[in-house]
Amino acid sequence: MQNNSLIGRVAWNTLITLLYLFLLAPIVIVFIISFDTRQYLAFPPESLSFGSYVKVFENVKFISAFWRSLAIGVIVGVVSVSAGMLLSLSLVRYKFRGKAAVNFLILAPFLVPHIVLAVGIMLVIAPIGLLDSYPGIVLAHLGITIPYTVRTITMSLMAVDTRVEEAALVHGASPAMVFWRITLPLVRPGLIAGAVIAFLISFDEATISLFIVSVKASTLPTEIYHYLEYSTDPQIAALSVILILISIGVVVAVERLVGLRRAI
Amino acid sequence: MSAAVTAPASGAPAASRGILLILLLPGLVALIITFLLPLLWLLRASFASSAVGALSGGDWTLEAYTTVLFDPFYWRVAWNTLVVGFNVAIFAVILSYPIALFLVRTQSRFRGVLTALAVAPLLTSSVVRTYGWMVILGDRGVINSTLQSLSLTDGVIRLTNNSFGATVALIEILMPYAILAMLSGFGRLNVQLEEAAAMLGASRLKVFTRIVLPLSLPGVLTAALLVFVLAISAFVTPRLMGGGRVFVLGTEVFNEATVTLNWPLAAALSVMLLVLFSSIILLYQRALRALEV
Repeated sequence: MQNNSLIGRVAWNTLITLLYLFLLAPIVIVFIISFDTRQYLAFPPESLSFGSYVKVFENVKFISAFWRSLAIGVIVGVVSVSAGMLLSLSLVRYKFRGKAAVNFLILAPFLVPHIVLAVGIMLVIAPIGLLDSYPGIVLAHLGITIPYTVRTITMSLMAVDTRVEEAALVHGASPAMVFWRITLPLVRPGLIAGAVIAFLISFDEATISLFIVSVKASTLPTEIYHYLEYSTDPQIAALSVILILISIGVVVAVERLVGLRRAI
Repeated sequence: MSAAVTAPASGAPAASRGILLILLLPGLVALIITFLLPLLWLLRASFASSAVGALSGGDWTLEAYTTVLFDPFYWRVAWNTLVVGFNVAIFAVILSYPIALFLVRTQSRFRGVLTALAVAPLLTSSVVRTYGWMVILGDRGVINSTLQSLSLTDGVIRLTNNSFGATVALIEILMPYAILAMLSGFGRLNVQLEEAAAMLGASRLKVFTRIVLPLSLPGVLTAALLVFVLAISAFVTPRLMGGGRVFVLGTEVFNEATVTLNWPLAAALSVMLLVLFSSIILLYQRALRALEV
């Protein structure tokens, strides 16, 4: 749009601004509402306070669900990256029969809607008593995160110059040592990016979680969902802002640490 | 919906079976338990007469499918789902297209920030963003309060607890996916081509319809498909924005699975959703191939 007349340029920029406003509207509005003093949902706020934030921290249900979500997310991140690392190694470094099938199995979860997967996982883990349990929800989240960790790690692994590894081998390093001292450090950005993606997916996921957990292992998104079925007061806005800040915090921290763009 | 994991075949040594097994086992077991087995179980359960039958071998019956096929309610649910899916896909693509086009060609030094801002909503839970739309569209929400304080309306305009609210929220929630799909699909756009056409006397409208639009069509199609399949399988947003009055496949699957506990029916509805989902993706791949030839 370089040769645009002034009017055209202004109109175009206005359009883009409006679209951005639409896209960011819910987040901005939630942010404003979170400082409202009143107990019920209304707009605009009459006066501002941190009252809703205080309420969130006094809400035992939300706080315990937060710690559960955090723990589940970390476990999912670690397990998903470990399994993903091993799978990526086998796919990038080895030739074997059935490789296409393995590749397909890793990519296929992208082709199945979460709600369909949710019903299936529920049916599988219900008879073994894992509904509403930590192992149950971790398992449920592994299926949807492993494809992502395999993807990020595979990309890092393919960028590794295998001659470096060969050189270490030639100079007498054991294969295990080469793995720990050379391969692993070189793919670290991919590992961290994969772990962050897996953590965020698990931490924010609501659809599958709602089928798997109810009380004992409820996660923060499921608690918010059930709360919203009956009430929409500003407490949820404050909680939402906290969640958004956590997500941004994680991404920014990783960006600072390894450079997310390089990692993905 | 992503690039295939490809590995360089050349130079890869034939593995010793032991090491390969150790590498493959944890991930494969996890994927089999959390993906393959659930799909098989789902298929099996959809042919069972009761939840117990589904899990312990039991009998085989078409009961769940005949219930769905002969109950007009489920036909209405399927129709609602498709209508919501089409509306969401069309509007999300129309609203995302200018943003993607802007991001592809902007010379601004804030380009990185603007791109991040456009996809940042993906970092927030869809529950949170749905709540944002409840605040905006609710009976005492932003729009209704504003209209009333300006004395434009007396009563409340119902924007939530209906499919309008669910559609609007889904459009916004799925827009970042559309923008991402378009950004990666707009690789063939080329400013020099447009300049050449303009220099040869093409009007701006003509440059757009003859050059920009055709070259961006694959990206647009990918975005539309992605949004459509995500919209027809959505459940949290239609349930919360619909307040229980919007009936789509997602909400019904959840209802049958967790409220009425009719697991064969939930399974049958899921299988139908999956079939719809996969056939659309297959059709899309055909279309894309035809487009590229």
